[in-house]
Formats: sequence, C-alpha cells, structure tokens
Amino acid sequence: MAAEIAKPSVSIQDLSLNFGAVSVLQTLNLDVAEGEFIVLLGPSGCGKSTLLNCIAGLLDISEGRIFIKGKNVTWEEPKDRGIGMVFQSYALYPQMTVEKNLSFGLRVAGVPKDEIAKRIARAAEILQIEPLLQRKPSALSGGQRQRVAIGRALVRDVDVFLFDEPLSNLDAKLRAELRVEIKLLHRRLENTMIYVTHDQIEAMTLADRIAVMKGGVIQQLDAPQTIYNRPVNRFVAGFLGSPAMNFLKGRLEKNGDGWSFVADDLKIPLGTYQFDGQPEAGPAVFGIRPEHVSLNSGTGWPFSTAANVEVVEPMGSDTLVWLQLAQQKFSVRVTSERTPKNDDAVTVGFDPMRASLFDAENGSRI
Amino acid sequence: MVDVASLSAGTEARRRDAAGPSGPRPRHVLSRRNIFLYGTLIVMAVYYLLPLYVMIVTSLKGMPEIRLGNIFSPPVEITFEPWVKAWATACTGLNCDGLSRGFWNSVRITVPSVLLSIAIASVNGYALANWRFKGADTFFVILIVGAFIPYQVMIYPIVIILREIGIYGTLTGLVIVHSIFGMPILTLLFRNYFTSMPEELFRAARVDGAGFWGIYLRIMLPMSLPIFVVAIILQVTGIWNDFLFGVVYTRPDTYPMTVQLNNIVNSVQGVKEYNVNMAATILTGLVPLIVYFISGKLFVRGIAAGAVKG
Repeated sequence: MAAEIAKPSVSIQDLSLNFGAVSVLQTLNLDVAEGEFIVLLGPSGCGKSTLLNCIAGLLDISEGRIFIKGKNVTWEEPKDRGIGMVFQSYALYPQMTVEKNLSFGLRVAGVPKDEIAKRIARAAEILQIEPLLQRKPSALSGGQRQRVAIGRALVRDVDVFLFDEPLSNLDAKLRAELRVEIKLLHRRLENTMIYVTHDQIEAMTLADRIAVMKGGVIQQLDAPQTIYNRPVNRFVAGFLGSPAMNFLKGRLEKNGDGWSFVADDLKIPLGTYQFDGQPEAGPAVFGIRPEHVSLNSGTGWPFSTAANVEVVEPMGSDTLVWLQLAQQKFSVRVTSERTPKNDDAVTVGFDPMRASLFDAENGSRI
Repeated sequence: MVDVASLSAGTEARRRDAAGPSGPRPRHVLSRRNIFLYGTLIVMAVYYLLPLYVMIVTSLKGMPEIRLGNIFSPPVEITFEPWVKAWATACTGLNCDGLSRGFWNSVRITVPSVLLSIAIASVNGYALANWRFKGADTFFVILIVGAFIPYQVMIYPIVIILREIGIYGTLTGLVIVHSIFGMPILTLLFRNYFTSMPEELFRAARVDGAGFWGIYLRIMLPMSLPIFVVAIILQVTGIWNDFLFGVVYTRPDTYPMTVQLNNIVNSVQGVKEYNVNMAATILTGLVPLIVYFISGKLFVRGIAAGAVKG
C-alpha cells in the first residue's frame, strides 16, 4: 500500500461492518490526503457505497474508528462530520425550490440570512445554476438536478465531499460533461473528495488514487496508471480496462537462467518481465491488455507468433480482433485502418514487460 | 441529388394506392364488447342506486301515500315534513330533539379522533419506515396482529379501563378508543407510504442536519398529502359510521348519530314512520357521502400513489 500520509483528511482505521451474520466490510483501512480525489471502484455489492455511508455517518459501524480532519467522528451525527454528500438519485426535496433546497441545511443550522444568501450566490455562480434558483426540482433536467445536488454540498462549506455514484442516472453525453465539471470543481475548491462509482472511466479520469474494492476489502489502492499497468491481482486486472485484459492459462517454467510462460504449444520468454519477488515454477495465468499487443508489425518484438483471425469487432475509433492463441481466446486492439479480415493469417507481437502474471490459484500478481 | 418534391409526391401516390388498412382502426359503437361492458356497468349501477332511490322517494312522501305500498312510484305530494321531524323532533328515549343532538355528538367524536389518530399514526409510520430502531419489526408485527383481534374481545376490558380512569361514558373516552383502534391500519398505511419514498431523500436531510422532527415536518409532511387524504377519509367514514363503540362507551345524552338513528328506526312503540326513518338514515349517511364526493379524486390518487410506489 502507498506510503503513510502525514496528515490525512479522512482516516479510516480497522473499520468493520456486519449486518447480522453478513460481513460487509472487513477491517478496512484507508487514509485520504488533504485535497485528494479518491475513487472507490468496484462491482455492485462490493461495499463501496456502504463504506461511503459509514464515512457519512448514515450507517453505524460494527468496529473501528473514523477520523475526519483529525477529529474522531465515529459516533458523530452526519451533520457534525463536516461532510457534504451527493446522491445518485439527486435526492432533492421535491416541494422546495432550488434555492430552498440549497439553503435547507443552513436554515436548519441557524445560519444568518445574509450569510445564507452569500453562500448560495457563490455556489450558484460556481455551478452556473443562477437562472434556476426559483424553480422546483421537477422542472429541471437530470444534469441540472445533479448540479443542484452538488450545490447543496457546496453551500455547507465542508471539508470533505462524498459522491455516491452521482452520474449513474445521467445519459452518456451528460455524464461525460459533468465528469469534466466535477474535475474542474475539484481543481477550483481543492477539497478532499471521495467518489463512489462502478464506472472505470470515471475512476480513471477523476481519481488521484483509486481504491478497487471487492467483497468489502480494498484490493488495491494506487494511482490510476499504476492500477492499470501493474494490477495486484487478477480481479483488479480484469475489472479495469475495456476491452478487458486477455488471460492465458498455462505454466511458469524455468529454462536455463530465464523464465518462460508455457501454454500448449506457445512459449513466451519472460526476459523483460519484472517479477514481484521470486517466481516459482507451476501453473500461472498470463495477462496482457489488447492495446499492448500489436498485429502484423514485423518481428522486432521480444515475442511474436502466428495466428488466424476469428472475428473482427469494429468499434469506431479502433477495432478489436479476436484470435485463438494456445487454444484460448485472445483479443488485439488495432487502429481501424489496419483492420484485418476474418480468417486472415496474422502475426501477433508484444513485449512481456507490459504483461501481468498471476498465480493460478489465488490470483495474486507474481 | 434527389428531387425532394418528386420524392414526397411518390410517397403520396403510394399512400393513396395502398389497398390495405391504414391509420387508426375503426371502432364500432355497438360492438359485442361494448354492449357487454356497458350492459354490466349499467346493471351494477342500477343495483346499487335503486335502494337509494327508494329511500329518497319514500322520505318525500306522507304516511298515507306510503301505506298505498307502491315503493317505486315517485311521490305525488312532495313533503319535507319527515326530514324536519327526523332532524329536530323525532323522539329517542327521553329526548325529543331528533338527530341534531346525535349529529353534534358525532362531530365532537369524529373530529378529535381523526386528528389524534392520524397525527400519532403518521409519526409511527414515519419512525417505522425511516428510523429503523431495534425491535422495529417486532413492534410492527405486534401492531398488525392487533388489527386482527376481534373488537368484541376487547370491549369489556376497555369498559373497565375507562371506568377506572373515570372517563367511561364521556366523549373523551370514546375519542381515545377510536384513536387506538385506528392505529394498526393507519400505521401500516403511513409506514408503507413513507417506505416508498426514496431513502436517499431521508439521508440527504440527515446530512443537512435535520433531526427526527425536522425531517418529518419539513421533508416528509409536505410530500404526503395524498396519503393524509386517504387516512382522513378512512377515519372520518369509519368513525362516523361506527355503532358498536358508540353504543357501548357513551350514555344516551352523548350517543353518536348512528346510535340515535338506530333508536329512532327501531323504536317499538307507535306507528313505523317509514318516511322519517328514511330521512334520518339519509341524514346520517350524508357526511361520509359528502366526504367521498369532495375528495374522491384525491382519494383515488392517494390509493394509486401508494400502490404504484409500494
């Protein structure tokens, strides 16, 4: 895991959460630096939203402690934690105008009127929702509603923003727009933000660090590029990246002073591969991303082999070519101009340095 | 480039030439389906409206005309005498001031009972739906089981309880009894409605710092007009129409309208004044009837809102 953060903005220590006999989060530790944008990424049911609700104080935890800005907030009410939260369904109060929605929390807290007006003006200016202030949520579009929801967190002047899949209810185009806006907002405010999503593009584009979760456990916490290039296990490798990483089942063998990966009649020398510690001979899984494989580009690669094209999937900007390698499915991403035809004989080449080797049993990186 | 004008002209020609069906399907007013559908509806409507017709017609006749025995024939001489008598002078036991006394008693019973029971039940439902306290499910099950215990079982114990407290025979006692017996069904109603509201709304309000009452009064209440209308209608008609509790827990001078109606209609001495009885019955049924007519649309919408989201 990454180095210790000296003064974390949010610090989660040994947090566990059980619903009856079901363990949802297991002794989870997470330190978020001041001003950092952390994305909790994982498939549905992995506990990422649950973790966010625990940080917000909307769920009582079973064990552990939560610190926000150095203050132990484990038993605090949500309002006293210095957090603002944005929900997937916007959760705007339908009977109130946008202005009243924004000011609700402040009015509850008894903030003076002129102060409320000032904060709303600022939030409305940042989010460009000034013309909407007197409308009801039902008269807003999805994107506008989500802006208002973000504004509601903004006016509370909090240290930490929590986003619970804020863009999942929007269509693809709006999602891309608001993604950029959230990134700009983070640059402008420099608040700590914790963002839950199952969308890897959102995670890759927004995050300073991504925490990939599965089964209530953080699998890997790292910068997006590190997670992409050096996934710590097969789950992370398969979950990130679209089209998904190729996995070949085979064996790790030692020959002479070098290692190679053998699957069927295929033998991939691993001279350039960086092992995580001492490798052992035995069953293993060889993973490589489709975009790290090249097609018909000479024999200058550390490894190349011949194969036949089975199916071609054009995706606009580029094309996914499916082949058989060692009797297993294998995909290659090529630019549209270089698309081969079905049944073409091609050469596949790649550098094992860009690959990832995983233990066949527990799936961890070798 | 293709000539746009000629293209659209071609489409036009094709549309005219087409021999097959085109556009909306023709509907026949006297199709077998329509006859069956409307026939059934009309028969059902007549079935339910006929008694009301007989009541109104009879109440407008004088006694000599009624003795002729043609209950379906409209009145020859219209008289409002029976209505006045039913309201103001009909005798029940010692009192001879008609239904008016019972009417005001019923108002004094219904209004506080409705307000009290709905106020408590809505908070109950809100707490059960949103503040999942420990044992909430058990509490809810007990409450629902309470709805299935026959009233008869509880009548006598409640008599004793009210007597010990010292409010037996008073309107206060009856109001309390009505409020308690309305609790299970109303709590269920409100709980289901509040459960159907998006949970994130509740969470957002908590993050915004609103507490138990803040969320209830400022977020939940303004959103739940339909279910309040449903509850009010259920309670007003239920309590107004109640006879059993009214006759058990009150004294003659605090009898609700229904009990008084019974005493007028079922009095054994003298002639049976059918016209007065009919007028008294209609008068008693008028309040629920008016409530339905005024709030009918809201009622349907409220029920539907609960159904779709629940």
